[in-house]
Amino acid sequence: MTTTVISRRRPVLKVGKIIGLVVLLLAAVVALGPLLWSLTTSLRTPAEAFNNPPQWFPVRADFSNYAAVFQQIPIGQFFVNSVIVTVLIVAGQTVTCTLSGYAFAMVSFPGRNAIFGIFLATMMVPLQTIIIPVFVIIKTLGLSDNLLSLVIPALGSAFGTFLMRQYFMQMPRELGEAARIDGASHFGVFFQVYARMAAPAISTLAILNFSGFWAEFYRPLIFLQSQSNFTLPLGLVGLQGNLGTGSISVVLAGVIIAMIPSVLLFIVAQRYFIEGVTAGSFR
Amino acid sequence: MSARPARTTDAGSTRTRRITHRPAARRVIRREALFGDLMIGLALVFVTVFTFAPILASLGLSFFSWDVISSPKFVAAANYERFFSDGPVLRSFSVTIAMALAIVVLQLFFGLVLAVLVNQRTTTFGKTLFRTVFYLPLLASTAAVSIFMGYLFDRTFGAINYYLGLLGLADVPWLTSPFGAQVTIVLIVVWQQVGFTFVLFVAALTSVPSDVLEAAAIDGAGPLRTLLSIKLPLISPTVLFAAVIAMINALQLFDQPYIMTKGGPGTATTTATIAMYQAGFQNLQFGYASAIAIVLLVLILAVTGLQFVASRKLVFYQ
Repeated sequence: MTTTVISRRRPVLKVGKIIGLVVLLLAAVVALGPLLWSLTTSLRTPAEAFNNPPQWFPVRADFSNYAAVFQQIPIGQFFVNSVIVTVLIVAGQTVTCTLSGYAFAMVSFPGRNAIFGIFLATMMVPLQTIIIPVFVIIKTLGLSDNLLSLVIPALGSAFGTFLMRQYFMQMPRELGEAARIDGASHFGVFFQVYARMAAPAISTLAILNFSGFWAEFYRPLIFLQSQSNFTLPLGLVGLQGNLGTGSISVVLAGVIIAMIPSVLLFIVAQRYFIEGVTAGSFR
Repeated sequence: MSARPARTTDAGSTRTRRITHRPAARRVIRREALFGDLMIGLALVFVTVFTFAPILASLGLSFFSWDVISSPKFVAAANYERFFSDGPVLRSFSVTIAMALAIVVLQLFFGLVLAVLVNQRTTTFGKTLFRTVFYLPLLASTAAVSIFMGYLFDRTFGAINYYLGLLGLADVPWLTSPFGAQVTIVLIVVWQQVGFTFVLFVAALTSVPSDVLEAAAIDGAGPLRTLLSIKLPLISPTVLFAAVIAMINALQLFDQPYIMTKGGPGTATTTATIAMYQAGFQNLQFGYASAIAIVLLVLILAVTGLQFVASRKLVFYQ
């Protein structure tokens, strides 16, 4: 009886496995194709960039587009602007969210639950719903067309606070109580005991914020006017508009330059990118 | 996990109640409360000023007519009345909902198929390799994706129509026909975002307990049976979560249609957020734009509420 079951199922399993692998490989080609095309086309000369078939392997790599993109638009400036905005937001949220997440998880103070309720209530709100009042605040503060208009409103985060709170809540309270008995201050307990243990959650939050704000398009589009203040995504879209379809290889060189930091960071901190995806699923 | 929050809050409040009659203890509690206020302060100020207050301000502003230059005029519900009789804006909402549904269904389907296939691979190398590959599109900004996909889907010069031409399918009007543009943008969003649902589902599938799977194997369940009757029910909370997150994101679709088609051809890909952007930042009707934004918020809250109901009725919790 068992032999017939096995002999009937094995070939099916094998065929299933092969089909599965073929599907995965096809999906991998679809996922990588457009990225690879962008890379190899950025290495073609502007004249032949739109020639078909596409050149999938750079036989005669032409790096002139990478020089051209720096001459045709201030992409160096865009890059610096993006770095400034992203670094300030990542650093700012690391501080504010770690502090507040810890307080919500570990400290008792009056109004804690009510304030946490306010934080939770703002988490589902789309950016579009708050953009007009934030735009008015930015104008009132005289920060229009200023990189700080992107930074300051993003320095606090309900989601970041929530993420850090969840992490601190899993930590044993006994450690802090022991340190208190040994004479440590409240801040000492936080800084010397718990904040160190929170390094993985802090890294996840930092990576999430980096990915989000490095790629951000909507707020820069609304808050920034002069080209010298543009961040990379906004600048690249402008570059595409300026050049038309003439030298797409130059535009693609810009696209590749903008992706380099993300790829480098992904190589060294892949784990935290993956954790960032699952961090939202609070079960 | 569920026992923890209860314990921490209880510990705090019972301690407070038990010892407040002693002055020294009261000082201790006051000091802890002060510490809590200080720790919360920064985040509270930023979240209140730049998120919570703006929600209320948007709601208030939606009852006014305001062009930024002159002072706002109270118009009661006129903006909402206008919304529900504004053909183009209503159409932008129905387009958005239709595109969002397509995005969510495709994103869940492909994410699930790929996750199940990767989960069956036996080597860690294979798993890591495919996970990296499917995550890579998420490393590009939506602006970058819109730019290179615009070239690839170009009707005359694009590589996609070139290869389709070799197969005899010439001249597909990807971005130049209304329906084509909607389909193309859906495909592009799915292409980029599928890695998100994929990673979620792989994590969920990995956490399916192996004793359950062994029991199923002993009872004679084949791979398909195990998938449908055991794995899928066990990861259904994650599927629901992924569906809601994908839906909320898709309802806010802006970058790709704004960059690739400017909402066109015609108004075919004018999404709700583009309609709101046009009303607010191009026509300077901040009151009306706020009303559109509030309707969008209600729509998103409804989706979240639906998740609540669905998670009680449909989802299987172990």
